[in-house]
Amino acid sequence: MKKVFVNGCGVISAQKTFDNDTFLEEITTYNDRVMPVVNPVYKDFISGGAARRMAKGVKMAVVASNLAMQEAQLESVDAIITGTGMGCLLDSEKFLSKLIDNNEQFLTPTSFIQSTHNTVGGQIALGIQCTGYNFTYVHSSVSFESALLDAQLQLSLGEEENILIGGVDENAPYTINIHKLIGFIKAENTETFSLLQSNTSGAIFGEGANFFTLSTKNQESSYAEVIGVETLNTVSKENLDNAIVSFLKDNNSSLSDLDVIVLGNNGDVDFDGYYNLLTEGTFAETQQVYYKHLSGEFNTVSSFGFWLGAKILKTQSIPKEVKLNQKQTSSIKTVLLYNQYRGENHSFTLLKKC
Amino acid sequence: MVALKDELKNKIIEQLNLEDVSVDEIADNDPLFGEGLGLDSIDALELIVMLDKDYGIKLSDPKEGKKIFESIETMATYITENSPK
Repeated sequence: MKKVFVNGCGVISAQKTFDNDTFLEEITTYNDRVMPVVNPVYKDFISGGAARRMAKGVKMAVVASNLAMQEAQLESVDAIITGTGMGCLLDSEKFLSKLIDNNEQFLTPTSFIQSTHNTVGGQIALGIQCTGYNFTYVHSSVSFESALLDAQLQLSLGEEENILIGGVDENAPYTINIHKLIGFIKAENTETFSLLQSNTSGAIFGEGANFFTLSTKNQESSYAEVIGVETLNTVSKENLDNAIVSFLKDNNSSLSDLDVIVLGNNGDVDFDGYYNLLTEGTFAETQQVYYKHLSGEFNTVSSFGFWLGAKILKTQSIPKEVKLNQKQTSSIKTVLLYNQYRGENHSFTLLKKC
Repeated sequence: MVALKDELKNKIIEQLNLEDVSVDEIADNDPLFGEGLGLDSIDALELIVMLDKDYGIKLSDPKEGKKIFESIETMATYITENSPK
């Protein structure tokens, strides 16, 4: 079995993360219910002609994939694997609104063509002329982990050498309104650093595109080694500890190996109990890190957590803005990522220093 | 006719998302496809729908489109002669 390394990152989020030379040095704070991304200059990466049919999500993903490949010094990859929970929502909403507004007449092709979930993977492939394996996973909050697992399996079995993976989701007004109406988005504005103390239901939503080049080759730009990833549709709070121990055991690790745990707390009083159980119990003495106050919640936000874990391992530093507790860690060798959304679709990802 | 040409230029820029193009940059006789504005077959479908929706003209023969969509001038002439609105 070959080892799998993260060799390049491209992260477009509600923070200025698209510059790989910095690590959360400049924090953008919000007091809202939804966070937009901090946009790079898209025209620096995508020609006007190509960009005119791309909605925000596609543009973000194309630029993020470009950055990830640049950092890994790759001009193309063997495969592109995308994770997206909601797909190209802006064009889906546009197409469906026109369908209703025009009484099912006068339907134009552009928003229909661009509304499919695999538009992202297709546009990235067109841009880099990649005719290899191209797959899109749509599986709620484990969409990114599904893409990661596929890539890890292909790389470790030696089927491919370099794979581009990523998670992308975009904010779209109609869907945001629905999520507000059903209480999945908090009823009140919440300040960035008050998220976990909000004590209310729902999350602060966001959007982003986080792409990575995974490779069998360890090189200067490498961030971390991907040891393992597991997704579980349902886990009870009582069984969470056991599930983690079992996952670690499957990957020849144990709780005592972990230096940092990256958690997906989103400030939802109804579901953060899963995380609280860990922070107050098994991992009370481990350095805890959280991130959704900086990124917002969306189906593939765990890809932001993946970037955070990998960046921590590469830089051997943890920005104070993501620390949930204060534990001294002289050397960071192993990081565990844990995420779930609304008590479902749990994921564990294990990264190690390379 | 001048007002219609300006209207068409604005609609084309807006509906086809030609963000980097302004009305002044489109001459009445510039080719819309190929070397001119660089529109493609998907744009042609958008223009056919626009003719139907905004001017009540249904193109029964798609081959007609090649001549009609040659330039702003040919589009405006065709709309003036064929629109029932």
